[in-house]
Amino acid sequence: MTESRESAVTGQAWSSHEGAAALAAPTSTEKRRAFDGRILLGFFLPVAIALLWEGAVTFGLAEGRLVPPPSRIIATLSALAQTGELWTHAWMTLWRVLVGFVIGAVSGIVLGALSGSSQTLRQLLDPTLQALRAIPSIAWVPLFILWLGIFEASKVALIAVGVFFPVYLGIAGAILSVDRKLVEVGQVFRLSRVQLARRILLPAVLPEAVIALRSGLGLGFMFVVAAEFMGASEGLGYLLVDGQQMGKPDQILAAIIAFAILGKLADSLLVAATRPLVRWQDIVRERL
Amino acid sequence: MLSFEHLSKTYADGTRALSDINLTVHEGEIVALIGGSGCGKTTLLRLIAGLDRESAGRIRLDGEVLSGPHPAVGIVFQEPRLLPWLSVFDNIAFGLAGVNAAERQARVTHALEKIGLVEHANRWPRDLSGGQQQRVSIARAFVTNPKVLLLDEPFSALDAFTRASLHDHLLGLWEETRPTVVLVTHDVQEAVTLADRAVVMQPKPGRIFDELPLTLSRPRDRTGLPFETSVRRILTALDHSLKAPQQQPQRERDRQAAALWW
Repeated sequence: MTESRESAVTGQAWSSHEGAAALAAPTSTEKRRAFDGRILLGFFLPVAIALLWEGAVTFGLAEGRLVPPPSRIIATLSALAQTGELWTHAWMTLWRVLVGFVIGAVSGIVLGALSGSSQTLRQLLDPTLQALRAIPSIAWVPLFILWLGIFEASKVALIAVGVFFPVYLGIAGAILSVDRKLVEVGQVFRLSRVQLARRILLPAVLPEAVIALRSGLGLGFMFVVAAEFMGASEGLGYLLVDGQQMGKPDQILAAIIAFAILGKLADSLLVAATRPLVRWQDIVRERL
Repeated sequence: MLSFEHLSKTYADGTRALSDINLTVHEGEIVALIGGSGCGKTTLLRLIAGLDRESAGRIRLDGEVLSGPHPAVGIVFQEPRLLPWLSVFDNIAFGLAGVNAAERQARVTHALEKIGLVEHANRWPRDLSGGQQQRVSIARAFVTNPKVLLLDEPFSALDAFTRASLHDHLLGLWEETRPTVVLVTHDVQEAVTLADRAVVMQPKPGRIFDELPLTLSRPRDRTGLPFETSVRRILTALDHSLKAPQQQPQRERDRQAAALWW
C-alpha cells in the first residue's frame, strides 16, 4: 500500500522531472536536429546538379563531351587510381606543398615573431616585407626559374613565398594585438621577457597563429597549381595541363576533385593537430 | 608599512593624475580610496603595483623604495584577467612558479577551499561565472602571501548579492595572513564594510581630500546604525570634495561670460 503510494509519488516526481527535462531539453535536441539538417542541406545542391546533368546526358538531352557527366568523372578517377597514376601525381603535389609550406611557415613565424615583438625590428623589416608582399607572387616565376632551374627548387620556392606572407602577417598581427591587460598580469608577477613570451604571449597568439597557418596552407595549394603549370611532368597540376592539351575534360575535373579532397584533408589535419593547443578558446569553433 | 611621500604622476599628455599624495598605511590595515572617476585612484594603485612610474615623490614599503613590480605586492584588477588557456588551478598557481610542486599543490588547494571552488579546479575560466572568476583572481593574488594587496574596484562589475559574498570571501582570506590592503572603490557601502580607514580623494588633479577612520568592530552589521552613520560621513566628505573644485570652473565660466557680454 505504502509502497504503491510511494511509487506513485516517485512516479509523479519522475514525470515532473521529465516535464522539467522536456522543458529544458528541446533547445539541445532541436539544435542538433537543425545542425544535421543543415549539413544535409549543403549536400543537396551539388548532388541535385550532378544527378540532373547525369540524367540530361543519359537521355541524350545534352552532349557530355566538354562537360562530362559525374559517372564519367568517377570512372576516370578510378581508372587513374587503378593504374597508380593518381597516387604518384597526388603524392608529388602533396610533397611540394609540404616542403614549400614548411619553409614558408617557419620563416613566416620567425620573422613575424621578430617584427611583432620588437619595434626596432618591425621598423627595420616590415616596410621591405610589405613592399615584397605587394608583388604578385606569380611574377617571381621567371626569376625563380632562372635562379633555381626548372625542377623542384623553383616550384617549392614559389609555394614558400605564397605561404610566407599570410603567416608573417598573421603572427606579427597576433603578437601586436595581445591584450595589454594579460601582459600586465605577467608584469605584476615579475616575469622576465623570455618567461613573458613563453607563458603569456605564445599561448595568447596560438589561435590566430593557427588561422594564419591555415590560410598559408590554402595559398600553398593555390601556388602549387601555378608552379606545376609552369612545367612539370608529375603532379595534379600536370594532370590539368595534360587534360587540356589532350582534350580530356574528365581528367581535368578528376584532378580538380583530387585537389579539393587533398586541400580539405590537409586543412582538417592541421586543425586536428592544433586543436589541443587552442581548446580553451571561448568560441563556437566546431561550426567552422 | 606602506608610505607615499609627495607622490605625483603626470601623464605624457600633460594630465595631472596625482598631485602630492602623502599617506601612510599601517601593516595589516585595510584602507579604502574613495572618490569619483578621474581622481587618480587607479593611477595610485598602478604606481604601487609598479605598472607605471611616478613622476615625482616615492613609495616605500617597510623603508624600501618601490621601483617596478615587487614580490611582496599583489594586485586584483577590476576585471578578473584570468589566463583563458590555464585551468582554474593553474591560474591560481600562476605566481608560484618558484615554489616546489608539493607546496604549490597545498597552497592552491587551500585557496580553492577558501573561495569554495575546489570542484572547479580543472575547469577553464570560460566555464565560470563573473563572480567565480573574480574569486579565482583574488585567490591568485593571495596565494603568493603578499605583504601588500591592491584591489582595484574588484567587485564593481558584480551584482549586489555576489558582491556581498565576495566581501566575505575576501575577509576570510585576509584574516589568515592579514596583509596590508589598499582598496580602490566608488562604493561607499563597500568601503565601510571592508576598510579600517577611508581616504576620500578629489579630482583634477587627484589628491587626498580627507581621511576618515572606520572603527566599527568586525564582522560589521550592514543594517546597524553605526554603519549608516559611517556611510553618511563618507558621503558628506565626498560631497564636499566634489563641490570644492566645481566652484572654480563655475566662477571661471561666469568671468568668461562677463567678458563676452562686454
